[in-house]
Amino acid sequence: MTLTPSTTQPPSYDLAPPPATVLPSYDDDVAPAVPRLGLGKASPDERFAKVGSWVAGLALAWVVTQRLLPLDGLPWLLIAWFSLGVAVSAVTAGMTGGRIEVKDRVAESLVTGAALLVGAAVVSTVVFVALRGWRPLLHLNFWTDDMSGVGPKDGFDTGGILHAITGSAIELAIALLITLPLGIGTAVFMTEVGGRFARIVRTVVEAMTALPSIVAGLFVYTVFIIALGQPRSGLAAGLAISVMILPIIARASDVVLRVVPGGLREASLALGASRWRTVWHVVLPTARPGLATAVILGVARGVGETSPVLLTSGAAAFLVTNPTDGVMNSLPLFIYSNVRSGEPVAIERAFAAATALLILVLVLFTLARVLARPRGNRPPLRSRLARRRPSDLETR
Amino acid sequence: LTTIPTPGADLAPVSPRRLSRASTGADAVFTVGARTVGASVLVITGGVGAFLAWQAYPTLRRYGWSFFTESQWQPDQDVIGIAAVLCGTVSVALVAMFFAFPLALLTALYISEYAPVRIRSTLVALIDLMAAVPSIVYGLWGFFLVMPHAAELALWLQRHLGWIPVFQVHDTDPGAATWDATRYVSSAFCAGIAVSMMVMPMACAVMRQVFSQTPPGEKEAALALGATKWGMVTSVVLPFGRGGIIGGTMLGLGRALGETIAVVLIVSPAFEVKPRILEVGTSTVSSLIAGRFGEASTSQLSALLAAGFVLFLITLVVNTGAAVVVNRSRSGAGVD
Repeated sequence: MTLTPSTTQPPSYDLAPPPATVLPSYDDDVAPAVPRLGLGKASPDERFAKVGSWVAGLALAWVVTQRLLPLDGLPWLLIAWFSLGVAVSAVTAGMTGGRIEVKDRVAESLVTGAALLVGAAVVSTVVFVALRGWRPLLHLNFWTDDMSGVGPKDGFDTGGILHAITGSAIELAIALLITLPLGIGTAVFMTEVGGRFARIVRTVVEAMTALPSIVAGLFVYTVFIIALGQPRSGLAAGLAISVMILPIIARASDVVLRVVPGGLREASLALGASRWRTVWHVVLPTARPGLATAVILGVARGVGETSPVLLTSGAAAFLVTNPTDGVMNSLPLFIYSNVRSGEPVAIERAFAAATALLILVLVLFTLARVLARPRGNRPPLRSRLARRRPSDLETR
Repeated sequence: LTTIPTPGADLAPVSPRRLSRASTGADAVFTVGARTVGASVLVITGGVGAFLAWQAYPTLRRYGWSFFTESQWQPDQDVIGIAAVLCGTVSVALVAMFFAFPLALLTALYISEYAPVRIRSTLVALIDLMAAVPSIVYGLWGFFLVMPHAAELALWLQRHLGWIPVFQVHDTDPGAATWDATRYVSSAFCAGIAVSMMVMPMACAVMRQVFSQTPPGEKEAALALGATKWGMVTSVVLPFGRGGIIGGTMLGLGRALGETIAVVLIVSPAFEVKPRILEVGTSTVSSLIAGRFGEASTSQLSALLAAGFVLFLITLVVNTGAAVVVNRSRSGAGVD
């Protein structure tokens, strides 16, 4: 028996024949297909309406403030531009849509405007401080000299802020020496040991983050300087900064340690590690970037805070390297006392010191960001550079 | 061959092992050490609060309720009260929150919903950096850059909204040809603007963090049902983030109440209960402490500590309220 393909019609049942498959045929006259625009993107019409509304707003604002109403000056122009721009974009949105579209457009303008305002405020702060203080920064002696024997009216080629920078560094080192073990130790206690006592500690520490910085300074002033009879010194200032940032660092570290996955701890314990080894080899290394961020942000807060230092350290015009030796200056205090003196030269010096302080905070902050970056996602910078050099050049 | 062990007659009877969770060896040292550190921090931080209360007690007992109702601070004449400084503290903080709250909310919304994804992490870093900028820098900014403009704004407010008691300025003529700028500077209004720059990033960071945890499924559901972006924000993001909004605002308020150096730089001290925020001169608790600690005797120091204690209690209540609100709300889930 051989199988021969049947070439005849299939046996017909009393049913309609199945629809035949139709091959698509290409029509040469049709325009070539173009990729569709993204659905989420605004069409050219909408974009034109958006941009055009703001241009119209600017033109209207110019007419209103410069020609119609007696509102001179850039601030009024900007205010008028913003409010008229919002109004015009509301009108253009209302021409094509309903109330909902109008609300959406107005809300978007308001949100973006507020963000721009905040950005402008930040930029104005940094630029203003740098612009008023750049002249002393160019003198080398500003970085390598102190203010001993320099009068408030003397020029910028004498005197500097070395003593303030040194003082800040020493006070910060004292504060770090106290708060780093205590703060992280408390956080470890609260998360890893636990118990009722840990809950009490956590409550008190969280409550003490509310302590205003000036009250921390007043506390150290009363106890250390008045009651114990110690002189005003860098040590007292370091203690005041410690009292202020200890709860902040403890609380932030606690938050960081609490988000370490419990599975890691349990895996370590299941492998037979003791609790101490689990903390030292698993929990703390996992939380290292977060802990670094917590500590550095606390330190940045401490280095910039003036009020505790104002009460406890006293302002010296000369370089002091011994924290127990008596009055010591620091950057915030230097800025404050120079601004308070009212002398234009001193004020400019204060702005220069403020720029230096900003740079210091920026460096600390960048350090925190670099340390906090999750490892493993990106290879380290050096290997990335090394890999790029030969292959990229060949392929391009 | 398998042999079945038979208990010998000389073996002790089997008894259950004693299990103990008490740590041994290095663990015991670790536990005790951690407990000691915790206890010492408790002593230090709790000690500050207890010390303040202990020092404040004699003053509070001596002056009684008049400590809260008297507005003058004249230790030489034995007249001490914090009514004026409390009023000043609250008005500076309220002005700061008036500016900081909408800006923080809208900026947080911008970062989490409106900003292009590419620049989002940069903006987050920028806000964090703003929070780390020293307050004295904002003080300089407020004193030298903003105050002249703030004075003009104050004059404008007095001219057009002067019928509201808050915007009145005494001893001036708003319609005069040349206006007396000295009556409008160094006010609670000017100080509040500088303080708002300090508290805004703090509040904004909390709000943004909560907004970023909005379940994406709910946001997409709102968009799929045809909501505009703003409709999605009002129906999903804002209700979800309500706890963060309130909590962040209260945290900012707590910081604004205790802010010292920018206020000291800007305001000129005046001891008077006045709601007129545009007028020159006011005082806050912290500026009072910063101004008077130097020449204070022991009893005056106790009075200053009492004022500091009251300020601490207020910020404590505000911060605790913020923590409770953030933890209670749905958005608190997973937020530490």
